[in-house]
Amino acid sequence: MTMADTATFSPSRRFVLAAIGVGTAGFAVGCTVGGSEATGPITLTSLGDYVRVGSDNTVTVYLRHIEFGQGVSTGLTTIVAEEIDADWSQMRFEHSPADNAKYGNPAFGGMMGTGGSTAIFSSWDQLRAAGASARAILVQVAAKKWKVDASTVTVAGGVVSSGSNKATFGELAADVPTDGSLKVETPALKDPSQFRFIGKDRDPAAGYGRLDTADKVYARAQYALDYHPEGALTALLARSPKFGGKVASFDDAAAKAVAGVTDVVQISNGVAVLGTNFWAVKTGRDALKVTWDDSAAEKRSTDAMIADYKKLLAKPGQEARKEGKGAAGLSGAGEVITADFEFPYLVHAPMEPLNCTIEYKPGESAVIHSGSQMPTGDQAAASAVLGLTPAQVTITTMLAGGSFGRRATPDADLVSEAAQIAKAINGKAPVKLMWTREDDIRSGKYRPMNVHRMTARINKGAIEAWGDRTAIQSIMEGTPFLPPGVPDFSSIEGSNDIAYDIPNISVDVHLVKNQVSVLWWRSVGHTHTAYAKEHFFDVAARKAGKDPIELRRTLLAKHPRQLAVLNLAVEKAGPVPAGKTRGVAVHHSFSSYVAEVADVTVNADGTFHVDRVVCAVDCGIAINPDIVRSQMEGGIGYGLSAILGEAVTLKDGAPVQTNFYDYPPLRMNQMPQVEVHIVPSTEPPTGVGEPGVPPIGPAVANALLAATGKTYSKLPLGTKA
Amino acid sequence: MKLTINGKEQEYAGAEDRPLLWYLREDLKMTGTKFGCGVAACGACTVLVDGQPTRACVTPAASLEGKKITTIEGLDTPAGQAVQKAWAELDVVQCGWCQSGQMLAATALLTATPKPSEQQITDGMNTNICRCATYHRIRGAVARASEIMG
Repeated sequence: MTMADTATFSPSRRFVLAAIGVGTAGFAVGCTVGGSEATGPITLTSLGDYVRVGSDNTVTVYLRHIEFGQGVSTGLTTIVAEEIDADWSQMRFEHSPADNAKYGNPAFGGMMGTGGSTAIFSSWDQLRAAGASARAILVQVAAKKWKVDASTVTVAGGVVSSGSNKATFGELAADVPTDGSLKVETPALKDPSQFRFIGKDRDPAAGYGRLDTADKVYARAQYALDYHPEGALTALLARSPKFGGKVASFDDAAAKAVAGVTDVVQISNGVAVLGTNFWAVKTGRDALKVTWDDSAAEKRSTDAMIADYKKLLAKPGQEARKEGKGAAGLSGAGEVITADFEFPYLVHAPMEPLNCTIEYKPGESAVIHSGSQMPTGDQAAASAVLGLTPAQVTITTMLAGGSFGRRATPDADLVSEAAQIAKAINGKAPVKLMWTREDDIRSGKYRPMNVHRMTARINKGAIEAWGDRTAIQSIMEGTPFLPPGVPDFSSIEGSNDIAYDIPNISVDVHLVKNQVSVLWWRSVGHTHTAYAKEHFFDVAARKAGKDPIELRRTLLAKHPRQLAVLNLAVEKAGPVPAGKTRGVAVHHSFSSYVAEVADVTVNADGTFHVDRVVCAVDCGIAINPDIVRSQMEGGIGYGLSAILGEAVTLKDGAPVQTNFYDYPPLRMNQMPQVEVHIVPSTEPPTGVGEPGVPPIGPAVANALLAATGKTYSKLPLGTKA
Repeated sequence: MKLTINGKEQEYAGAEDRPLLWYLREDLKMTGTKFGCGVAACGACTVLVDGQPTRACVTPAASLEGKKITTIEGLDTPAGQAVQKAWAELDVVQCGWCQSGQMLAATALLTATPKPSEQQITDGMNTNICRCATYHRIRGAVARASEIMG
């Protein structure tokens, strides 16, 4: 999701100081836990809220962002390793507790949250300061222990030295006073020329790479669904097939007759079946008979909804951008071209279906194991349902098997359901609420369906006016993330900041209300705005008789970073291979810049294949270049998946699709060869989780346009050019 | 009924139609085998049954008496170990949820075809969905595992 941009976000120095607790209150008090018999007790000493050094010489970074594949467990840890001057082999990560005061995301107004590709840029200054402060603490402790001047103490590769004195971090950790008596000044940060980890490529021979790889390869990684406390009851919820339907009545006799089913309870949005194991519960839910009250439910099909959206597009919407004469500029000399671009509902469909486990003691406490992007929101929701204070609700963040935005729900849908179920059985057992894949595909929180009406006026070989009018459901309205009076930027981002130097620009939007629930989906508004902008640009450029790449270069002259990624991608792609056509797209999102060049083969039978994608990205300093590459590779695959084959359609208000056989994610045979080139930069690091997604759709559409002359205005594209 | 899982005999006394996946995950606490779709469409639950990639989410545990079942926790063949080593070396994983299934599919592929062509890699791995789209690296890791096997 988009929460803030580097333009509007500046990390507060005061926040940094408060967070790491240097200068005024000293560092946080350490804690001691028992170790294993083999290693003996390990003393764990916290050096501020983000860094902990163990007497076993591990350095653990507390992640305020969840690891769901994007690589933050390595990225955030790298920043600390750099400034504390650790050895990579001693670095560890752990998800932080739910605590806005310590772990709030400044880009989310101080609420904890992972999203909007903000993890790295919002943590950069903070974690550098945390690492450098922790290093300064170790230096002070060593100086005191060795009775030397602190200026003689050096740190390198996890070893603290002064003359003949040497100690590991672990050997010094126990000497850090726990009473807050040690003060350190805000330390100087490293000059980038001294970076040893930041910017360093994966090096398997040296053991340098992702910190989550080994656990995931050797099946040690613990995800939320892998957590199953003794005696937990599994729960599945029967939800309304239509959006906005309510339970009218239900008959649970057949469900309860299934061996292993223990309870059937009604909650606000459905009927939950509980039991001792998944298969019993699923069999029970299949046997449950629910009668739904659809009086207030959505009953239209998506075709009818699209027709309604198009009616709105005849009139001006809320203004989002005006240059020159705006919409009036679309009338005048030359030729006007227009096309309606239709984008379907999309499901995130992370590979690990949604789930969480709640251990509830009425009147006392609740412990929730979940893979959530917004743990403090979940904490608040659970405490409200259960009549507990937030402090009585503990959130343990687990690894998540993908998310793509789905686990960032302002209404805490998953945890609210689980808490209601736990309450309905009065906490007699832990509750593990699971979603099947069918629940996932059919229960909403979709990328909103939308229509862009694109218009351009071409005169004397130039695009003289540009119009982009959208009808879309708002993601942000009604959430705490959209202050009153602020336009819903999630609907217009990527449209309203079009960078092309066109004299007349008009961008406006109609925000539509209906019952279907919508949510940010990896790259949010850019999922459709980039496609409409970049594909229609090629349509317009060709109409003007211009080469689309050359025209981009001309019209991006004032945008050096967009121009640089465009040029780099085009240069690296080389000549267009015989028998293929090429499309290019460039887009700015989440403060990063990405250009993608797609080479496509259109076969004699009309089918097509995306053979190769060359990507150039400018994300400021690339902390982990290999993770930047992996996020571009994955973003390209995720975006391609959507534009080739993904859509949720509704029939009479109910989703038609049910599982991966009719909502088909990309498979290996559809995956192009991908090459990623990173623009060297000294700018602060910006996001990479999302910006790889937006350009792939229009790059492919532009390659197809080059082959067939057609405008590809209805998504998904399907199999034929 | 006795099931042989990673070389160890296990007693199964559950429902006749209960899929192996849930016996592994819930009863044996072997959570490396993942639930993805429940309809044999994604391959996250792939295990090997007598060396053949098999969808644990739709295969009743009770149908596997006398068969040798291998999960990610017991991937100790030369091909299996090469696959895990290659996966680690190339940092294939992103979220990681599908990767147990991917690695078992790759192990079956390389056991049958130790030197696969690019097309054979695609054909062998096309059954398994990765929503993070790590396919680019999976291709490379299968080829690398083949090299490691020698």
